[in-house]
Amino acid sequence: MSTTYRHEMPGGATWSATVPAGRSITITALGPDANASLLLFAADRLDRLNLPDTLKAQMSACVRPPMTLMSDRGLALASVTHSTLAWHDCLTGFGHEAHLARFAPTSYQVERNDWRRPARSELLLELAKYGLGEADLHGCVNLFTKVAIADDTAASLAWQAGHTVAGDTVTLRTEVDLLVVLSTAQHPLATFDHPVAGVEVAVGPAAPVAADDPSIAFRDETARSLEMSRRVLA
Amino acid sequence: MTATIDDTIRIDTVVGAGDGALLELPAGATLRIVDLHGNQAVDTLLYDAHDVNNRYSAFDTVREQGAVYLTTGSRLLSTRLDELAVISDDTCGRHDTIGGACAQESNVIRYGEHTRHQHACRQTFLRYGAPAGIGQRQLGHNINFFMNVPVQPDGALKFDDGLSGPGKYVELRASRDLLVLISNCPQLNNPCNGWDPTPVRLIGRWA
Ligand SMILES: [Zn+2]
Repeated sequence: MSTTYRHEMPGGATWSATVPAGRSITITALGPDANASLLLFAADRLDRLNLPDTLKAQMSACVRPPMTLMSDRGLALASVTHSTLAWHDCLTGFGHEAHLARFAPTSYQVERNDWRRPARSELLLELAKYGLGEADLHGCVNLFTKVAIADDTAASLAWQAGHTVAGDTVTLRTEVDLLVVLSTAQHPLATFDHPVAGVEVAVGPAAPVAADDPSIAFRDETARSLEMSRRVLA
Repeated sequence: MTATIDDTIRIDTVVGAGDGALLELPAGATLRIVDLHGNQAVDTLLYDAHDVNNRYSAFDTVREQGAVYLTTGSRLLSTRLDELAVISDDTCGRHDTIGGACAQESNVIRYGEHTRHQHACRQTFLRYGAPAGIGQRQLGHNINFFMNVPVQPDGALKFDDGLSGPGKYVELRASRDLLVLISNCPQLNNPCNGWDPTPVRLIGRWA
């Protein structure tokens, strides 16, 4: 893939970009147990990622290729075209200040840029740059994280250490014009008390959606979501 | 915790299939939702009555309880981790909070273009939420009371026959002043309700 843009995010950071339809976004973990919480907005910034619709239409409790990520208004916002991992968490949201309380406190005064902030606080600052706020926060995909689901009566959850190693990647193809927002803050259920790994984001042109595209072939629902996005672009 | 005998019935209403409701509950109130005919999905959103951006969060709730399904004792948390309500009683035993609400657009994705103009929960939420300032941006991911959406250890998800039946109920106890936005699901394309949406009864009690 040729790359028109490459950016390295340290752990504990937040980043956003407007990315037009037809681009490929490859996110690469730069260390073990990386986490990248992903929010997606369509061009009007009212339509946005809807994980319940994404999951129930594709009968999955996690995100993996070749699923599409669907919006409130029934568009495929992006397709997950490739991933070295078969599980990206999308049930457990992003962390709050309360999740950092079990670790030694950090501050800018002492740690300078190693001051830890939770994803929710950082994302609200990032969204504010676009005039967006709390009402616009929605369920995120936690790329590179697996929270395993137990076969018990409650469907109990457990964060999985070691799920991701350096070099693991996931690639999204943008199906409509998007605002992409990422946070590399530690996953709220992660148990380690050291800085979280960063990720590299590489954006380049995507090959056109071919008739035999794996996402079209995956499920009728997935194909219909891509058709709805095609109509938006028509 | 069950309601004491001193509590007075303040709300007793039947919500027809495909209809909705916006209820105000003061802190300490209980709301019992009765599945009158069985296997109905009651799509429900909770809001802090004094700030609708402090709203129910399915993902914060699921993560903090460390489990996917909701039942007695589940604390229903907001996007700010405030406790909005607790499930205080439950004769069904399992409720979904990751399957979301039906919408015209998601019906098209799931079932095809012919379902675009069918009634859907998202429309009901928008209609009943509007007077309280609850619009598109305030619609988070809801609870589906009485729905059974099993998740599997391999990451698969499916829609199963409901565990509910005629007369089964779930009861919420409000932890703060709440707005409760309900869509009694009009979904005609899903076998969960036997392709026949049915009414539910809402009973609100507070002193
Ligand atoms: Zn519905």
